[in-house]
Amino acid sequence: MTALQDSRSGSPGPTATTKRHRGPEVRRKTTGTRLKYGLTVAVFLIPSALPLLFFTIIPMFSAFWISLNQWNLVGPMKWVGLGNYGKLIGDPGTQGAFLHTIYYIVGYLPLVYIGGLAIALALNSRIRGRSMMRGLYFLPVVTSWIVVALVWRWLLNPSTGIVNWLLGLIGVTGPGWWTDPAWSMPSIIVASAWKDLGFVMVILLAGLQAIPEDLYEAATVDGAGRWRRLFSITLPMLSPSTFFVIVLSLINGFQVFDQVYAMTGGGPNNSSQVVVQQIYDLTFRYGRAGEASALSWLLFLFILVITLIQVRGQKKWVHYA
Amino acid sequence: MRKQRPSITLNILVLVGALMMVFPFLWAFVTSISPGAGLSATPQLIPENPSLSAYAELLQRLPFAQIVLNSLILAILTTVFQLITSSLAAYVFSRMPFKGRNAVFAVYLATMMIPMQVLVVPLFVEMKSLGLIDTYLGVLLPGIASAFGVFLLRQAMNSVPQDLDQAATLDGAGHFRIFGLIVLPLVRPALATLTVFAFLNSWNSFLWPLIILRTPAMKTLPVALAGLQGQYTTQWDIVMAGSVVSVLPMLALYIFTQKYIIQGVAGTGLK
Repeated sequence: MTALQDSRSGSPGPTATTKRHRGPEVRRKTTGTRLKYGLTVAVFLIPSALPLLFFTIIPMFSAFWISLNQWNLVGPMKWVGLGNYGKLIGDPGTQGAFLHTIYYIVGYLPLVYIGGLAIALALNSRIRGRSMMRGLYFLPVVTSWIVVALVWRWLLNPSTGIVNWLLGLIGVTGPGWWTDPAWSMPSIIVASAWKDLGFVMVILLAGLQAIPEDLYEAATVDGAGRWRRLFSITLPMLSPSTFFVIVLSLINGFQVFDQVYAMTGGGPNNSSQVVVQQIYDLTFRYGRAGEASALSWLLFLFILVITLIQVRGQKKWVHYA
Repeated sequence: MRKQRPSITLNILVLVGALMMVFPFLWAFVTSISPGAGLSATPQLIPENPSLSAYAELLQRLPFAQIVLNSLILAILTTVFQLITSSLAAYVFSRMPFKGRNAVFAVYLATMMIPMQVLVVPLFVEMKSLGLIDTYLGVLLPGIASAFGVFLLRQAMNSVPQDLDQAATLDGAGHFRIFGLIVLPLVRPALATLTVFAFLNSWNSFLWPLIILRTPAMKTLPVALAGLQGQYTTQWDIVMAGSVVSVLPMLALYIFTQKYIIQGVAGTGLK
């Protein structure tokens, strides 16, 4: 029936074959058992392989096919080759969407990393109510983007929101936030950083807890101060976690959508139009599915290249223990 | 660094930060019980006439119970399917070698890299040709398998010693029995992590349900909430009431499963 039983039944005694039992390569299979083994593998794999094939892999390739055509989702397709790609690259709307997405990442990443690191460092000490604090900081992570966006839209309401009211108390006239083209991206960035802070904190905290205590002791004996220990021990030892946070933040950052859709819808005046919002609008508002698919492939390739560059570049600064 | 007790200042700073994390939730709740919130420029920190009228109005304007039920059933089904499909596949990748297995596993992992946005248009077309637009099945199907789940459970299964299943094999157990009776019970923590992740992801998912669902009564909570905003832009008490209702079940789940969620997230960074 199985590999081990086969080899056992053909051997004179258990003692003679104990050694051979260890390796999986010791397998004397008949066609019958092979078939049965293959069937078992299939039964185990098919429930996940079929959905992945039909709902991820095939659509991935058909997206590419669609991107080579002009198509409004209903009528016939018209072959345009790489025309959609050329059109997109020269289109100010697309360029704007990429720029806004990069603006989002440039604002979001330092905020969420430095904030997450500060809290992780604080929670890594023997602070009061540590696990309770960790739980509170993590709470927004499990909340949906839509709720976060709605709540922050209310907090940042220009005329009746509590943030501008508080700013008013200290004599500052708050900006128009999501109603002002200059402040729409910052509003989205603040809400997103607030939501993800706890996630980054938990990743970094796990990294901090893996740093051996004696490194710090040795450094202290050598007279290293608090900041010296932070820059010479903590940050280098934390670099794998930092790397993970940056790679993941960039992948997710380029795909930013839910909070933009619910907070600004890309406005006002397209000031917060990001790439995925653009894909959504192209498809379901303007019925330009070919261009939308081309844009989604561009985005995918963009993310892939950026991720590969980071993986290549990690040798320079990531230290694995 | 870790030896001495942190200063009072640090304790206070951490507490203030935690309050900033919680305040938006509290404020959403306060707003939801303050009728007419958003009409005056001076917020009432403690509502003068607290009332549940916003919740009543919410129930009247939207089939809210139905929408919560939609989200709940979809989240539970997604979770159950992901647990089954992922654990079965993970067992193969951990315990059943065959020619080309690494290549198959690499394909599984590669699907994790593909953003939902790329799939949206063709998936929509596919669902249309299957007649699944505006059906629960259409929402559910793309999420029943998860490469992330396979990866997570395979890691966990790899850390279960093989001696146990070898002993079981000698006793005549086949792969189905080893899977169900030995390996699965031993990876319970990873199963718990996947349960929570799958549930939360489905409960919070937005883009796909937004695209495929049309009938108002069939919508999921995030989609209905986002729609609420367009309809009643100024009625913040109602919008916040909807947000509170949508956060509560998640909060209950979070309180009981915090450990698994945080462990799961912390674990992903160490791989």
